[in-house]
Amino acid sequence: MVDATAPTAAAEAKVAVRDLTIRYGDHVALKDVTLDIRENEIFGIIGPANSGKTSFLRALNRMDTFTPGMHVEGEIRFAGHDIRKINNLYALRKRIGVVFPLPVGLPLSVYDNVALSPRLSGVKKRADLDVIVERCLRRAALWDEVKDRLKSLGSLLSGGQQQRLTIARALSQEPDLLLLDEFSIAVDPVTTMRIEDVLKELKEEVTIVLVTNLVQQARRLADRTAFFLTGECVEIAETEAYFDGRVKDTRSSDYVEGRFG
Amino acid sequence: MFDATDLNASNRRKQRLVKMLFLMMTILLIVPVLLILTVLVIKGGPVLSFEFLFSDPKEQMTAGGIFPALIGTVWLVTVALLASVPLGVAAAIYLSEYAPDNWFTRAINLAIINLAGVPSIVHALFGVGAFVLFFEFGTSILAASLTLAVLTLPVVIVATRESLQAVPRAFREACWNMGATRWQTIRRVVLPNSVSGILTGVILEVSRTAGETAPIMFTGAAIFLPFLPESVNDQTMAMSLHLYAMATQVPLPEHAQALPYGVALVLIGMVLAMNAISIGFRMWLRGKKKW
Repeated sequence: MVDATAPTAAAEAKVAVRDLTIRYGDHVALKDVTLDIRENEIFGIIGPANSGKTSFLRALNRMDTFTPGMHVEGEIRFAGHDIRKINNLYALRKRIGVVFPLPVGLPLSVYDNVALSPRLSGVKKRADLDVIVERCLRRAALWDEVKDRLKSLGSLLSGGQQQRLTIARALSQEPDLLLLDEFSIAVDPVTTMRIEDVLKELKEEVTIVLVTNLVQQARRLADRTAFFLTGECVEIAETEAYFDGRVKDTRSSDYVEGRFG
Repeated sequence: MFDATDLNASNRRKQRLVKMLFLMMTILLIVPVLLILTVLVIKGGPVLSFEFLFSDPKEQMTAGGIFPALIGTVWLVTVALLASVPLGVAAAIYLSEYAPDNWFTRAINLAIINLAGVPSIVHALFGVGAFVLFFEFGTSILAASLTLAVLTLPVVIVATRESLQAVPRAFREACWNMGATRWQTIRRVVLPNSVSGILTGVILEVSRTAGETAPIMFTGAAIFLPFLPESVNDQTMAMSLHLYAMATQVPLPEHAQALPYGVALVLIGMVLAMNAISIGFRMWLRGKKKW
């Protein structure tokens, strides 16, 4: 578990980011980002390529510890704890599920893919694992397609199925926070819609950060959205504000209306 | 517009010429192999018999069989593997999965490459100095096998490291992101998917170990010792040294001229069989390939 002696700030956001700067060597990927992510919201991040969206997600999960050259400055508090001062990174990462653009079906059976995280944290009984696997696959809208071939290899599923498998695996961690990085890039539109429906339901239990290239996807899902541009956080606003002209910076509305980027 | 020009024709001639050239080179490559095998089978084939394989050499190796040498080689290879595989695989896992990219790691990698380039006679002298004399193992299977182990360690390390590296990094990151430790990731995802490559490396190492002569000559193999070793502290005969001795030191009488060919045929047969197993095993595991 995360250190229990941290300050109790009931009003504090689920994730509080202060002056976050991320560098790769001399290259600054993100600078001075300050934002709050609230409990049980879907927080969207939009922006063109190279705007620092993915680096932001990587910092939230402390992936800088295994990304050569990545340096993170500033403060990130997750559930009230400074994640740079947490000793047990494994416990932190277990509470944060991550889904990347390209699906990663581990070269294990479908069942073992989803059972991996519970097993890592010590669940051994087959009956318990069965329950977890079925629940997570159902929530990721994959159960009906794979229930008859749980033993076949996860890495041999189709791209869209593998992405849902990746989501099921992330859910098997029972995360508090789910990080999605352009999850629909390798997924067909129908499956994308199904996953989006799943995300709307998940919002009740999990806080979600959704990085997306698709402005309309952010509009469909995100409660609030941040606009990143070349390493700078230009705007944080309710998602609808981008579309009815209530944003402060003209670059934000220009971007969502496709005038540049 | 699709008529052949002179340029087309000359290009096509060149293309045919170059292709022929490369084909000839490739054929040239297999000629020595075929010649060796043919000579061995023709000259050594008649010698092979149940008695040849399973009886002791007699009359100063001019008659009888090769049983002690055969068993001796099995001993040497087994003990060498017991030493080099755990060491080599562990080192490779460290280098591939844990080691940071710094001067120390680079120095180790350089050392491994250099170790692979050291001539086997130098290994033999190292074996005498280190295992026979310094550790006082005497001339024994233990000393000879450890010398062989040092000799083949680079093969194991490089083969293991390469098969570990062949597992995509995305798999590791997915596991780490789930809160898995490095070791959990290695045990559950990386090792199961690289075991075929590791085993191939080990089997290649076996065939190399079985054939080496120089490293065991001074460290534990005897030229003539017509009984079986009982422990790793005994000396032993070995196939490779037996062949060397027969071919060079004994003036073989007429009736024994074919014996060395028989020994060589058995030795090559062992190595080829091992390689065949390795390839078959690899294909079997490939069939279960996971991505």
